[in-house]
Amino acid sequence: MNSVSPYVLLSALLFTIGVVGVLTRRNAILIFMSIELMLNSANLAFVAFAHQWGQLDGQMFVFFVMAVAAAEVAVGLALIVTIFRSKKSTNVDDLSQLKG
Amino acid sequence: MTPDLIVFIALAIISILAAIGLLTSRNAIYAALFLILNFATVAVLYLMLNAPFLAVIQVSVYAGAIMVLFLFVIMLLGAERLAGAETQSEMRWQRPLAVGLGALLLIQAGYVFITHFSQSPASPKAIQAGPMEIGMMLFGPYLLPFEVTSVLLLVAIIGAVVLTRDK
Repeated sequence: MNSVSPYVLLSALLFTIGVVGVLTRRNAILIFMSIELMLNSANLAFVAFAHQWGQLDGQMFVFFVMAVAAAEVAVGLALIVTIFRSKKSTNVDDLSQLKG
Repeated sequence: MTPDLIVFIALAIISILAAIGLLTSRNAIYAALFLILNFATVAVLYLMLNAPFLAVIQVSVYAGAIMVLFLFVIMLLGAERLAGAETQSEMRWQRPLAVGLGALLLIQAGYVFITHFSQSPASPKAIQAGPMEIGMMLFGPYLLPFEVTSVLLLVAIIGAVVLTRDK
């Protein structure tokens, strides 16, 4: 154990909650939010290790993760809006066929 | 008990409760607001970890821009009420199985983190992480990833426009 271990353990706990959210929720928007929670907990681990080793590279990775998350949210929400237009639902159990 | 540890424990409890609130909320708007609370507590944790610029970015980009997009889409679709189908899934064994697998993952991750990544460097130096140092890194060693990220964002913009365009 050292000074950043609590942060890393909190990050692992938040990641686990995100995983359980993805596995149990059926609403596509909530699954997306759980993915954001997982990305965020990974960011927390990056920043904690950057603090532990005294190097900025971990913080740089957090920047790129945030940019990728923004791009992912824009495209993902566009997909959800498009699916909602044709299916009138955001429940992932309703999306069981490949043909739209 | 140092003051830092007390602040950390309080923030950790708030962020875990917010995450569980996201997990159990019956209303998508409330779930999004719980997630914003979680992001805000993580931003304060960034401040404690000597990353002030990241904390500001976290609040403005994550809790600001991204979550506003989420709330906008939820309200646009009128999908804030999570229907009864959400509760009575056909696979009843799925929820306990997911919780069990999640607990297993947590134990694994905790074990690996504690046993393999707990050694500190010989002389950990305090990092300076102001906007200037971040900028020097971003436009120095990380220039190529930075440019690739800008292309990625452009592709995301075009993709979102193409996907939501009315035929």
